[in-house]
Amino acid sequence: MRVTTGCLTGLLASVSLAAMLAGCDKPKQQAAAPADTSGQTVILQKLLDAKPGDVITIPAGVYHLDSSISLNVDGVTVRGEGMDKTVLDFTNQINGSEGFAVHASNFTIEDIALQNSKGDALKVNEGQNIIIRRVRAEWTNGPATSNGAYGLYPVQTKNLLVEDCYVRGASDAGIYVGQSQNIVVRRNHAIENVAGIEIENSSFADIYDNEATKNTGGILVFNMPNLPVPGHSTRVFHNHAYANNTPNFGAKGTAVSSVPAGTGVIVNANKKVEIFDNDIADNATGNVIIASYFSTGFMTKTGVAEAYDPYPEAIYIYGNHFKGGGDAPDTLKLKAAKLALFGLTGHFPDVIWDGFANPKKLVDGKLPADSAICVDNAPSDVLNADGPNDFKGAKVDTAAFACNLEKMAPITLTGPLADTPATSGAAKS
Amino acid sequence: MRRSLLATIAAICLGTLGVLGARAFTRAPLAPHYFANSNPANLSDWGVVAAHGQHLALGAGVVPYDLATALFSDYAGKLRTIWLPAGTSATYDATQTFDFPVGTIISKTFYYPRVAGQPAGSAAVRPALGALLQSGADGLELSTIRLVETRVLVRRASGWVALPYVWNADQTEATLARVGARADLELTRDDGRVTKFVYAVPNANQCASCHTPNHASRALSPIGPKARHLNHDFAYTTGRENQLAYLTRIGWLRGAPAPDAAPRNARFYDTTASVDARARAYLDINCSHCHSAMGLARTTGLHLDANVTEPLRLGFCKPPVAAGPGTGDHNFDIVPGRPDDSILAYRLAATRPGVRMPELGRNLVHEEGVALIRAWIAGLPGACQAE
Repeated sequence: MRVTTGCLTGLLASVSLAAMLAGCDKPKQQAAAPADTSGQTVILQKLLDAKPGDVITIPAGVYHLDSSISLNVDGVTVRGEGMDKTVLDFTNQINGSEGFAVHASNFTIEDIALQNSKGDALKVNEGQNIIIRRVRAEWTNGPATSNGAYGLYPVQTKNLLVEDCYVRGASDAGIYVGQSQNIVVRRNHAIENVAGIEIENSSFADIYDNEATKNTGGILVFNMPNLPVPGHSTRVFHNHAYANNTPNFGAKGTAVSSVPAGTGVIVNANKKVEIFDNDIADNATGNVIIASYFSTGFMTKTGVAEAYDPYPEAIYIYGNHFKGGGDAPDTLKLKAAKLALFGLTGHFPDVIWDGFANPKKLVDGKLPADSAICVDNAPSDVLNADGPNDFKGAKVDTAAFACNLEKMAPITLTGPLADTPATSGAAKS
Repeated sequence: MRRSLLATIAAICLGTLGVLGARAFTRAPLAPHYFANSNPANLSDWGVVAAHGQHLALGAGVVPYDLATALFSDYAGKLRTIWLPAGTSATYDATQTFDFPVGTIISKTFYYPRVAGQPAGSAAVRPALGALLQSGADGLELSTIRLVETRVLVRRASGWVALPYVWNADQTEATLARVGARADLELTRDDGRVTKFVYAVPNANQCASCHTPNHASRALSPIGPKARHLNHDFAYTTGRENQLAYLTRIGWLRGAPAPDAAPRNARFYDTTASVDARARAYLDINCSHCHSAMGLARTTGLHLDANVTEPLRLGFCKPPVAAGPGTGDHNFDIVPGRPDDSILAYRLAATRPGVRMPELGRNLVHEEGVALIRAWIAGLPGACQAE
């Protein structure tokens, strides 16, 4: 039995001949089937040796990796030859949590696939000016609780563009933007994840021209407790969120495990969220759900930092095109509520509010104008689900949401991302 | 003519090598050498540790040390050494890693006791437990162990650099393997159980993912040489002495208080210490290099360094943030009194990448460590009451 450093290819022939020879001997005993990881060695070497300004190109081909790869150098571009041509496959991964872990600024990754990683497919942990473009993050077996949590996972980034990507099978969120600022997520396809696209504890985000379908929930805008900063100011528009009815396959305890199957767009505890001009259809629980942290079932007396505000506020919904949906809600309680209010063949209104409002902010039973939940989306109605009373007093209450909020300005990417086209505003194809 | 001369020289050299190979080495004493800019291909070039016959020898002036509680690394034993250039010293800090001078060379050699009767380089190994976990005041006897890797941390003018060296099958030299490596090993425990596993030598970037206490600066740093990890006796060849006192006495450490005035972590296997002290020492060294306010896992809101006291930061009733399948279907990091419902215990006992914690450095479950953490959680008062 020996230590192997992998079968180096000609590119690295000058490195440690002895180790090379040792590496080419197939181990006789192993805990996991050894894959040909020669490509891994080459890729890893390039990442280790990268200098700012480098473009690391990975030729077309399927590369089997048994370890995560990582990059710690600013200013590097990693480029494949297409998300269906250059494929990094982590099926045999035994080492490292992510597929590709990046700790760098001014990072671009494009035209590549990361598939079947044990944990997150791509994690960018802190950095500015990040572009994730035409990347496929996929678990090819489809929905499974044992799949990695996140497909594309930038966290604590600033000035972020995620565009034209394809994410499928994530057991948490396909695209998960966490604790970030100044964000554009557009023209992505999120299919068969628990959450298609999730923006969490982030601020100043434009989410548009995306397609989210067959997820448990299509597009999520969440604020979770115990994190350094709360999120606010997200615009969700021109997206197509339809038939997100896959049973929730997230592990219990995760925030997304609280999302009912059949959710088109859901806001949880976030502030200043604008949802407009989307096509939202056939999501069996609700096309749009506005909820508080209380509805997740994770609220405890001691488990949530005092600074955390569990209520959604300043939510503005208008101009969306709704079709179908709300007809077969998830969970027994919701089913019962639907049946009681709308009968066997009826359906929930297009917008559902869970009914939790901050009692400290209420004036004459209403939120102040700048914190209100406003729905200006005729002819669609709004359901007050009366969550505080277990849906007992649920009722259609559209008039109570008849208000308008100031519209937010488009996000402008800055610095090296400034030359990417600004918010299109163009109709979705 | 020239050719035959060369051939003659080559023959003499080979012959000499053959003789040396057959006998115990009798080469010049090992002397540490600081490479300010280059990374030598062979570990022995650093002169801090090297195989001399059946002895893994320490370089002249190289000081071994150990930690009260060490990171679990798939039951490997560890020999740690440090060397400072003449006339230099490190500056004491009560909580952070000491500030070491340029030229400092730290090494950590990972090895296993071999199963009796197995040859050098054998894959059949035994766990290094308890006091065996860290040893080697006068180096290591190679006749009974299997060397796997030696990691070098060198303090250059630009900062710390981490270099993994992998030992060859003959156990005579370790060579630089920046892309990491794997060793397919077979662990035979004292109770007879045999477990095949892959020992993963980290690549240089993976080194950085643990050795970066401040994620924003991304500057590397040693983890072990902190007051609380070193503040206990070590059995030097010259006799037992407190490590802080020893380093101060030889002039390598400035500013340290008397040992009794310095912080001190427990040994996790020391049953005379409280379960709380042992568990917190264990979480400190195994988790806090990422799970701290400035570390890689700061994004999770779970901070496990020794100085944290706020229950929510320590995970009591804290919902997970980005655990995915790592929750194991549990709602909170720690549920006091209920280890079976606590994500922390679940992930320590998991082996699947993406679920297990720590993320790097182990493929096996540390059964003794898991038992300790479970006992600690079981004894915690309180509950996570729904609101």
